[in-house]
Amino acid sequence: MPGDAEGDPAGSLALYTTGLVFALLLTAASFLVSQTHLLWTPGVPAGLAVLAIAQMGVHLVFFLHISTDADNTNNVIALAFGILIVTLVVSGTFWIMAHLNSNMVPATAVMEMSR
Amino acid sequence: MSAHAATLERPEERRVPADAPGPAPVRIVVGYGFWIFLLSDFIMFSALFATYAVLHEQTAGGPSGHDLFELRHVGIETLSLLFSSYTCGLAMLAVERRRLPAFYVCAGLTFVLGATFLGLELSEFAGLIARGAGPSRSAFLSAFFSLVGLHGAHVTVGLLWLTFMVAQTAYRGPRDFVRRRLLCFSLFWHALDIIWVALLSLVYLMGAR
Repeated sequence: MPGDAEGDPAGSLALYTTGLVFALLLTAASFLVSQTHLLWTPGVPAGLAVLAIAQMGVHLVFFLHISTDADNTNNVIALAFGILIVTLVVSGTFWIMAHLNSNMVPATAVMEMSR
Repeated sequence: MSAHAATLERPEERRVPADAPGPAPVRIVVGYGFWIFLLSDFIMFSALFATYAVLHEQTAGGPSGHDLFELRHVGIETLSLLFSSYTCGLAMLAVERRRLPAFYVCAGLTFVLGATFLGLELSEFAGLIARGAGPSRSAFLSAFFSLVGLHGAHVTVGLLWLTFMVAQTAYRGPRDFVRRRLLCFSLFWHALDIIWVALLSLVYLMGAR
């Protein structure tokens, strides 16, 4: 990715085009999943999340050229760290906000307290 | 030095193997550094995503995503941005092979598609505000405008950067440092499409159900 030479000319055009086709398919699938009844309704959020992660992976591999070759090791490590921090931020936010919400005093009791 | 270094930037031409000590070619180091910046940008967006996720049901009696989101509009935005990422990749291939006419065409397409996305998004925002569903209407809308607006601001900056880079390529030619900057731009532009994929799925498609 970041930095490697583009390699074989025909190969790289094929990479971008393949990535585009996969991304288009995943986008179409996302719209279908959310707008039709092809997927069991309670499973739609999970389905959308999986399709989104898959499409982000397609972008990373085909457009950003994340790979496992020796020149890319640092990039993969940095990506793993970024995913860790994002997971902590998002799940931590949910945890904290859920606890704050359940600790909130009911509105009537607040009015009692201010008398 | 720079002409010599250009040939050493191709991995197979380097005399030093990739896992040996010592600095890697400049292009790889620059790419790594910019990638770290992009990851920090992803983390900033994740904070706003988390905020949106916490607040998306707080509509204060006002309209929800289901009432406001128009998926045909969002679909065109998505295709515009995705194809602009593709043409950006083509532009990078062209400039690496010193095919400047192809580079200008692909860079121009990238700009037009990106501007289409931005125009559609601005018209969506204007429509929402005109309907009384602006960022001050509810916590849901504040979170929505912040998150989607920040992405739009990044796209705007990206379009300005692209304009500048096309001018620089025309003025200075496809030299090493210009191509490294174009590499950074292309990483930025692809990263914006990655963020849009998350926005599309988690905000628009989930919200419109």
